[in-house]
Amino acid sequence: MGTGNSFDFERNIDAALADQQLKKNLRNAMDILVEKRRAVFTDPEALEQLRAAGNAIKRRALSKLPQLLEQLEAKCRQNGIQVHWAEDTAAANRIVLEIMRANDATELVKGKSMVSEEMHLNRFLKDHGIEALESDLGEFIIQLNGETPSHIIVPAIHKNKDEVAEIFHDKLPDTPYTEDVEELTRIARQAMRKLFARVKVGLSGVNFAIAETGTLLLVENEGNGRMSTTVPDVHIAVMGLEKVLEKLSDVPPLLRLLTGSATGQIITTYVNMITSPRKEGEKDGPKEVHLVILDNGRSRMLADPEFRETLLCIRCGTCLNHCPVYVRIGGHAYGHVYPGPIGKILTPQMEGLEQAGVLATASSLCGACGDVCPVKIPIPALIRRLRSESYDAKGDGTVSGHGYKKNLTETLVWKGWELVNVHPALNRLSTKMAGAMGKRLPKVGPLKQWTRARSAPKFAGKSLHDHELEKGGRDD
Amino acid sequence: MARIPEKPTTVYMFGTCLVDMAFPRAGIAAHRLLEREGLTVLFPQAQSCCGQPAFNSGFIKEARAVARKQIEVFPGPLPIVVPSGSCAGMMKHHYPEMFADTAEYPKARQFADRVFELSEFLVRVLDVRLDDVGPPETVTWHTSCHALREMGVIEESKSLIRQLEHVNLVELEREEECCGFGGTFSVKQPAISTAMVKDKIDDIARTGAATVLSGDCGCLMNITGALEYHRVPVEGKHLAEFLWERTNGNRKQL
Amino acid sequence: MTSPDRDRIMARLHTSGTEHTVVPEAAIPPDSAFDPQEKITQLATLMGAMKTEVHVVETAGWVDKLKELARERGWEQLLYGPASPIGSAIETAWESDTDGLPALVAYTEPVESFKDKLFQIDAGITSTQGGIADVGAIVLWPTEEEPRLLSLVPPVHVAVLHADTITSSLAEMISVQNWAGGMPTNALLISGPSKTADIEFTLVFGVHGPKELVVFILK
Repeated sequence: MGTGNSFDFERNIDAALADQQLKKNLRNAMDILVEKRRAVFTDPEALEQLRAAGNAIKRRALSKLPQLLEQLEAKCRQNGIQVHWAEDTAAANRIVLEIMRANDATELVKGKSMVSEEMHLNRFLKDHGIEALESDLGEFIIQLNGETPSHIIVPAIHKNKDEVAEIFHDKLPDTPYTEDVEELTRIARQAMRKLFARVKVGLSGVNFAIAETGTLLLVENEGNGRMSTTVPDVHIAVMGLEKVLEKLSDVPPLLRLLTGSATGQIITTYVNMITSPRKEGEKDGPKEVHLVILDNGRSRMLADPEFRETLLCIRCGTCLNHCPVYVRIGGHAYGHVYPGPIGKILTPQMEGLEQAGVLATASSLCGACGDVCPVKIPIPALIRRLRSESYDAKGDGTVSGHGYKKNLTETLVWKGWELVNVHPALNRLSTKMAGAMGKRLPKVGPLKQWTRARSAPKFAGKSLHDHELEKGGRDD
Repeated sequence: MARIPEKPTTVYMFGTCLVDMAFPRAGIAAHRLLEREGLTVLFPQAQSCCGQPAFNSGFIKEARAVARKQIEVFPGPLPIVVPSGSCAGMMKHHYPEMFADTAEYPKARQFADRVFELSEFLVRVLDVRLDDVGPPETVTWHTSCHALREMGVIEESKSLIRQLEHVNLVELEREEECCGFGGTFSVKQPAISTAMVKDKIDDIARTGAATVLSGDCGCLMNITGALEYHRVPVEGKHLAEFLWERTNGNRKQL
Repeated sequence: MTSPDRDRIMARLHTSGTEHTVVPEAAIPPDSAFDPQEKITQLATLMGAMKTEVHVVETAGWVDKLKELARERGWEQLLYGPASPIGSAIETAWESDTDGLPALVAYTEPVESFKDKLFQIDAGITSTQGGIADVGAIVLWPTEEEPRLLSLVPPVHVAVLHADTITSSLAEMISVQNWAGGMPTNALLISGPSKTADIEFTLVFGVHGPKELVVFILK
């Protein structure tokens, strides 16, 4: 059945499920995030109206995407921001590297950016002799430990404070072991302040880019985003091309949805809006601002009216927090940058089904993600669509690698299932056979998986159809 | 939420494939409950499965063929009562979706508008009053995800249990969390699925209830399978069967 | 202006068919509207809950209150913008008596020659562009006179907010101040001191930005 996926999802899952500490850390963390969101969106009706508005704003922006990106570019240039386009992550990395070299910079200080994770920028720069230093506390912790984020909002959520204490003690010179979170934070602040005073280039992501004014908007709580975009001489912002909004008045509802869904805040500590580099007479701020606009498969998603909805995403992470699968296996098991429900639909589209199609199997389609999504992405429907594309069931697949799972066995099984359920006589026959088998079904294939931790299903000797027939009830 | 029709004199019952094969008593009980309210219950023998297994697995063409068959065998203007939130959700929400932009859409829509989950129908349309004649008993309730999110009937189901005078309903701590069944998910991702159902049965055991009730046989098959495997002495039962037993006076007679 | 990547991306976007979908303007639910007193209360309550120290004072008396705080907290240096709307008021107040007060440090040099000094200062004071009642935030538009780092680097940030510049919502502020007509180099909403919850959701203040935020609301 050749799943061809180049990462071992099954092994990752088994390892995660066996890790009791991880299980505890994740469950505690997700419970808190779910509760915080619930506490901020107290009126279900108002939330529904807000979600509808968020959905409409983003859908409208997508419907005008080419025009809005051109407007954003023109406005940014007018304001003095240099705009770069990258078709894929390799191109985006090259652009960053060129800017670093033009500024003779060997260190880059980073605010939190999932697009930079998507680019695997840190690794790329390292290969070119440049050190990328994470400044978000969570990112800082996992970078010290040589890890990648396990959550798109709270990247070190899989670690508890004892583990952080251990990491700081091991990896930071002259750091005594302490589990005091205030103290751990102070240690990080000190290290970071030295860095900010020294490093010449800062990099950030973008939460919303406003075409109307050429403004880049970033939300954060720590202030490292402001530091990274204000102290260094050069600021590089990287964004996926779906981040553009039509106008400033689109911001308030989306901002409310983003912070409320992500961390249960009515607003973050900082909303940082950047519209130009340092102007004549201004005393601080970067002298150069660069905006890198990344495609990396997004324009292809746009071409499919269903998959287009993936691009509504504002990266709040609430689908992760509410997902019964994510809470059990954590972010790393997904083997890719974007974990959880959004990752299950985004990654296979970016990397192709052969690479990552297996992610779409890791959903019970319980619907919790779609229910909480602030911009109403129909995540379960898109997971189903990816499953269908994997078998090419529609015959008109648009995702790279569509049909990679097509195989005679499953094709025949489902064809047989169809026949049995369309022809009443066959249906009665198969139900009778199952009933006659009772408990004596051979434990192979799916039943073998089923009985790993469950007793086998018992089929009744007499079906409901039989009972109804005996009763002699009318049937039409 | 669907418009609430006047109390009809005749209804269709869609039994579901799982009830048919593995939980026929649930179907018979549902039939009895409806009849007791004075309704004539029609059970078209040509009915089979709602099509969800193929639909969720990505075999849309096959799912559509099976859906088409169900639409055909429930032609009349009568309500279609389904003892499953998941199958009801499939027929109510995904049939119109599957046939969107096709000539069959109007039929699918008309069909979907007639679909009711059993407890929804008992409460909202029939406004049943249950007279509990059973002994004191503690139970817990498991909602299927689709009964909860697609059909929005969790309150209706629990309100039926709460009508039973001698029954104490203890809710699960994580009532809204999936039990890990998910159709083919349970065999495509067995490790995650079994981890989910293990947490679910632990939650069930913590309630101290001797019986876990549900309106969905997929979940019940998953949960009772895990309860048995882990030798947890809790019985799983479909809501319809439980309601009939509690109100009929003779537990065995179905 | 163009690059091969840009051309290929734009070509794909244009052929995606997305422009065939016409999506009407979103219906944005209306925000709550507050009267002037409610705006102050709402903003003070929400920012207070985020560990901001809010003082509602008469316009005439705010500098005295500032001096009182400065003495009480023992700040050594106070960074300010002499040419800002609040600059001369501070200077005048510091002329009469300086006993126990922090030394005033003017942010008038480019950061390149000022950075080392800047990172040693313990408090900074700025004016504000306004406040937003329904989310509890102050709005800053840093200027030549009040540079961006003034509200970020010192561990204490003091902000002076005129009550009549508080709007009910961000949407109202964007509209009444005509932000679409031109945005500054940097605009900020600030709802409290810098904070993090990255380690086990334990809330810690002052991770990168100020540990303390003091807001004077001038009536």
